[in-house]
Parts: sequence; structure tokens; C-alpha cells
Amino acid sequence: MCSLCGVLGGRGHWTESASTPEAFASRLDATTRRRERQERTAIANRILTHYGLTLKDWGGSSYILSTKTGRTVIVDNLSEIWIAAEALTQGECDPLDDGLLADLRAS
Amino acid sequence: MTQYETLIPINVITGFLGSGKTTVLAQLLRAPDLSDTAVLINEFGEVGLDHQLIEHAEESTLLLENGCLCCAIRGDLKDALRTLFSRCARGEIPQFKRVVIETSGLADPVPIAYTIMAEPVLQYHFRLGNIVTVVDAVTGADALARYPESEKQAAIADRIVLSKTDLCEPGDEATLRAKLAEINSAAPIIDAVRDGLDADALLTHDIYTPEGKRAAIDAWLGEQDGGHEDAHAAHTADVSSFCLWFDEALDWTAFGIWMTMLLNRHGDRVLRIKGMLNVEGVADPVLINGVQHVVHPPTHLAGWPDTDRRSRIVFITRGLSRARIEASLAAFNALANPAPSGRAGVAAE
Repeated sequence: MCSLCGVLGGRGHWTESASTPEAFASRLDATTRRRERQERTAIANRILTHYGLTLKDWGGSSYILSTKTGRTVIVDNLSEIWIAAEALTQGECDPLDDGLLADLRAS
Repeated sequence: MTQYETLIPINVITGFLGSGKTTVLAQLLRAPDLSDTAVLINEFGEVGLDHQLIEHAEESTLLLENGCLCCAIRGDLKDALRTLFSRCARGEIPQFKRVVIETSGLADPVPIAYTIMAEPVLQYHFRLGNIVTVVDAVTGADALARYPESEKQAAIADRIVLSKTDLCEPGDEATLRAKLAEINSAAPIIDAVRDGLDADALLTHDIYTPEGKRAAIDAWLGEQDGGHEDAHAAHTADVSSFCLWFDEALDWTAFGIWMTMLLNRHGDRVLRIKGMLNVEGVADPVLINGVQHVVHPPTHLAGWPDTDRRSRIVFITRGLSRARIEASLAAFNALANPAPSGRAGVAAE
């Protein structure tokens, strides 16, 4: 439970392998939670740059999503990133969009 | 056994109006293994249930801020489950090891799944088990064609039970089975009349039980041979069911980014995702399972079932192109693995 607001926290997000270590118990090399967050931030930025957005890890617990004009939103997990990205850009972040996929292949 | 697997499983029995849900439930509750099961029902039908733990929930839905109907906390269900758990903890009712929810005939089961998975208190005590959809063999084809509620109930099922097969023509049953296989190729179809109802196969064995994992993989993927091509893609006017196969290992981080982005934009049209992934750097296959925006925590299989190490993902979607989904996932995976992410082929039944 958050000691400030009293809201019960949820389980870790399903995309974070540290939240379900048993599912990744047969991992062949040691991957730390920090390293996974770094990789997640790096890959997410390859996509978010298409929308003019930047993501930064914030203290290993949250992420800061920013526009080029400095508007920022704090999000907790990947699912929240896409909701916030669409709110910041007032547009759709569609992984099936041909323009996005062309940018990713060219990058 | 993991922490998630020790949570109390909640099974959902759904089905269109008059499909025979309560009859199926009544038969299942006779199984000794289900004697310590609590039952929640949305509406009282004509078939009486002789069971010691029955609660009745009035249907009410609280929409969340994003307005998505599937991401809605069912207030009635939340209250009923919280009350059930606290009464049990106080010793006012017998201990129960399982909950079965019978929905109303027009209910969308996805908010029920979301409530169990996302409600701040419930998620620490309960987990979602199999969704069982009862389909009337006599009227089911008509309901599937005319009512999107019925089609969705079939599309998201883990198990489909055909009722009243003794009352319908063999040809009609074959047509209905073919239609159900098109909508949901990953769910076994059980004939309640001829096969009988096995509580283990329907309810107690699921992807989070050792007995259920292998069976789940067989059901999801057993009949889908990766060597076939697009012509086999199953589709109906709205709902399509197909399986993607990937030769190369998938990067878990890239996959998570892709899937969350896909579900954010198209979650209302991605009815189910079930898959066995070869994750880069992980020896055992990782199992994923999602219902619209609701994704279960991943689990794993202790070793690959055979020598085939390809990732395979079953999608049940409404109006989304298989080719676009496949191309998108490949492009995202390539962000983590610069070498081209190929596929061996796509099969769909």
C-alpha cells in the first residue's frame, strides 16, 4: 500500500519478468530488473520517437514520458505509457500503422 | 507452485440465453472435487441448484475513466467476492477452494475477468480460471449469427460445452461445430450429452495447474501445423482465429512493448491471445494468455513438448488482419534482434 495516498498497489506488470520469476526461472543468463528496464526504455524510445516523445526511467520505479515541448507525464508501466502517449499527442499510437513500421525498419 | 497458482481460482460459466448454463453447472457441482466450491450467479433460472454456497449478484458495472467496456470493474462482483472472502475468513461460511460464476445470458464475461485480475483487493486472493461457454446445439448457430454477445462468449472461451445435442440434427451439429472452430480454434468442444461433463477437464485443470498446462498447449496448438499457409486462415465475417509461428526466439522486452501497444489501440478487437513463446535467453517455453485488455501473468512449461522450438501464438480477433499483426510483431522483435526476424509459416484452423 502506498503510505502517502493509501492506494493498494497491484502486482507487478505482466511484462516485467521480475514480477513472475518462476516463468523465467530457466533463464540462461542473469538479467537484472534494472537492466531489463534499461532495455525496455531503449526499445520504447525507438518507437516513441516516431511520435516525438521521449521516455526516461525514473528511479527504477516509474517512467517519465515527455514531449519535445517539455510536457511530461509520470507512468508506472508499459500499459500506461501508451495511454499517456496518445493523450500527449492527441493521436493514435498504432503498432499496425504502416508509417510506424517503415520507420522502425529504417532505423 | 508459484504464488499466483496458490490463489483461489474463479471459473466463469457463460452462454447465451437458454443455452443450459445452470444445468451444466448443476451437473458439475455433483463432482466430489467441487464440493468446496462457492457459486455466484447473476440471475436465478428455472433450474434449481442444490449447493451450500450460493450467492446472488445484481449486475452493475462501474466504467473506468478510459471508458473501455472491457476494462470495467463489476461493482456487484467485487462486493460479492469481497464479502464471500471475508465471511469465509471469519468462519461464517465453510472454507472454499474455488469459485464458479454463472453469468447472465447477455453478459460480456470480459469485465468479470478484468475485475478478478485488476481489482486492488481481489487480485491478491483470487485468480481467473477457465472460462466455459455453453452453446445450445439447437439454437446456437442462429445465436452466433445474430447476436454479437453470443459470438464473443464463444470467442473468449477456454472450453466450449455443446448442450442439447440429442435434440438437433447431426448435420446441424456439424455446421455448428465448424462455426465454433472458426471463431475459436483454441478451445476444445465438449458434447455434454455424449461426452459427459468432466469437472477436471472443464474447471480444475487450467494453465496454472500442472495437469492443465500440457492439455492447454494441445488444445491451443495441437491441430495447428506450422507448415500451412495463409489459405487456411479461419475467419468469419467478424471474428477470425489464426496462429502465428516464429522461427527465431522472441525478445521478451520487445514483445511486451508490442503487445501492450497492440492491446491499448486494438484491445477491443483482440478477443483472445494464447501462446507458447521461445523467449531469447530462456530455456523453457513461456506461456502467455490474454482476454482483450486483460493479460494473465506469464507462466512456463517445464520443457518443450517436442523438438519444435518455434514460438506460436493463437489470436482470436475481430476484424484485424493476420498479415499486419505478423509484420508488426516481426518489426518490433527486430528492434531487439537486428537480424531479420523470420517466420516459417502461418497456420490457422
